Amino acid sequence: MDRPIKVLMAKAGLDGHDRGVKVIARALRDAGMEVIYTGLHNTPEQIVKAALQEDVDVIGVSILSGAHLVIFRKITELMKHYGMDDVLLVGGGIIPDEDKPLLEAMGVKGLFGPGTSTQEIIDFMRAEVRKLRR
Amino acid sequence: MTEKTPERKDRFITVSNYPIRRLYTPHDIKDLDYERDLGSPGEFPFTRGIYPTMYRGRLWTMRQFAGFGGPEETNQRFKYLLSEGQTGLSTAFDMPTLMGLDSDHPLADGEVGVEGVAIDTLKDFEILFDGIPLEQVSTSFTINPSAPVIYAMYMAIADKQGVPREKLRGTIQNDMLKEFIAQKEWVIPPRPSVDLIVDIFEFGIKETPNFNLISISGYHIREAGATALQELAFTLADGMAYVEAALRRGIDIDQLGPQLSFFFNAHNSFFEEIAKFRAARRIWARVMRERYGAKNPESWKLRFHTQTAGCSLTEQQPLNNIIRVTIQALAAVLGGTQSLHTNSYDEALALPSEEAVRIALRTQQIIAYESGVADTIDPLGGSYFVESLTNEMERAAHTYIKKIEEMGHGSILEGVFAGIENGFFQREIAQAAYEYQKQVESGEQIIVGVNKYTICEDERVKILRVDPEVQRRQIERLARVRAERDNGAVTRALARLEQAARTQENTMPYIIEAVKAYASVGEIMEVLKKVHGAYREPALV
Repeated sequence: MDRPIKVLMAKAGLDGHDRGVKVIARALRDAGMEVIYTGLHNTPEQIVKAALQEDVDVIGVSILSGAHLVIFRKITELMKHYGMDDVLLVGGGIIPDEDKPLLEAMGVKGLFGPGTSTQEIIDFMRAEVRKLRR
Repeated sequence: MTEKTPERKDRFITVSNYPIRRLYTPHDIKDLDYERDLGSPGEFPFTRGIYPTMYRGRLWTMRQFAGFGGPEETNQRFKYLLSEGQTGLSTAFDMPTLMGLDSDHPLADGEVGVEGVAIDTLKDFEILFDGIPLEQVSTSFTINPSAPVIYAMYMAIADKQGVPREKLRGTIQNDMLKEFIAQKEWVIPPRPSVDLIVDIFEFGIKETPNFNLISISGYHIREAGATALQELAFTLADGMAYVEAALRRGIDIDQLGPQLSFFFNAHNSFFEEIAKFRAARRIWARVMRERYGAKNPESWKLRFHTQTAGCSLTEQQPLNNIIRVTIQALAAVLGGTQSLHTNSYDEALALPSEEAVRIALRTQQIIAYESGVADTIDPLGGSYFVESLTNEMERAAHTYIKKIEEMGHGSILEGVFAGIENGFFQREIAQAAYEYQKQVESGEQIIVGVNKYTICEDERVKILRVDPEVQRRQIERLARVRAERDNGAVTRALARLEQAARTQENTMPYIIEAVKAYASVGEIMEVLKKVHGAYREPALV
């Protein structure tokens, strides 16, 4: 792969649980990716704008507040609006199984719950970005 | 020796990366002096417990955290828990309420009533406590930036029910330092946040002498990834910082001391957790008496609530979590906790269902009534291992506290502010979390069902979901309250609050006045934001 994968890691909504997002951000960085972390309490608009500005390959959204359906709906709508179909959207946090098909239908490509290994996430991002760049 | 009798692993460590030796002997505690370091239960330095009879006198309070949806649903859950034998209430608020936003705020969309109960105005509180006589329950409120508003609402309800404020029992978490360090819910910056906490201290020692005015919390620090030692050291440093802030205001330490309480996590490494609780009591007793000159024995006693470690629960094979919670709860009881929340096994998946909550409560009841562990005080006292670990934790915590003191040039309060501003705490915690994750991925830390003994799973647990209707209902009620209340009275109350905040007068009486006029959480917090500005953390990885 020519240039490193560029990832925007974002905390959406109001919850402040940033342990997972920070661990993953560091693991992605250690795996050679370029990582931008937004910090806490971002709106969907802020996340999508930052992704556009930074021209990222991947948006990783961490949410543990239970507002994932509302927030991912807004993010995917904004991504469609800006024609960001070459950007991979993934999510992490506490997401019930029965919501996963709904989120996937919206366009969230990978959902990673507690206990996922960072390697699994790295491998997934590499494979998906390879497809998108083709 | 180990060459002849090989061991399973190269090194044995706790979940906090603390090395454990093969065997502990009298040599490991040769400097231990019974009277000086342990003492009888109920006596300085309280290592063995803060009461002379401990659980033989009274069991710990079984306090399950509850709150979801609107105040109607939570009121029902409260009544259910009381009927199931729970002895104290504990309120979880939704994210908008925690962050000081009303349900109709754009950022609240999708979060209303989801992680806890939604509260906008006193109207909601009236519904929340409908049919619950406040003089008969003790109620805990997990709320921080908007703690003064919720505390004011509780007093307003007591006034309405005709219950004298001095009879109110319960706790407000009200610990902003750990928010800036770990939990990350805030409205205004650290210094004015602490001023507001001291307002509550000053007001509460007079008005609600049986209410814990703060719950100095290590729980969230641990959940954010800290080790047991960091949890212990940072929490006690925060406690010392609050004491110093109160002393600056001229508050008598022996008036405040008995109204301070603590809140710790109980994680998987059983003995390390027990040692942590015992060390916490001893350090606090010594610090309060020797460093801050407290003379009232009630000020020396570290009283604490425990919650089992949410971060230890796994999404995989969720029923295994029942066993984890049992071990953690047992550690809390053997560590001498005053109250306990046991997590529900389904919490890595969603909000807990009623069935899962019942099992969690039953876990405590089985420990209390069937296991016999509550029948003698501090049964592990004198164990070479536990005493040695307790000593080591005390020593290592002091090293951290000294470092914080140095950052504050002799003041713990200034040291904690400095540590938040320069990212010291955040970095320490993120580093520990990362190390742990690496140990899990390398297989050094085994998590059953996650990195060993995994199965292909297709079981779906029954989960609780909050009806989106709650958000609509909440916004509607807020609009109705705004239309029906005396808006002139609200404006005047908020103006007086602003004036008090600007002139550094105690804000509590003005917040109560505003609450009674049905000003909303968001409106009151907005005034404080106008005076002190909004906080935003620099994004560090």
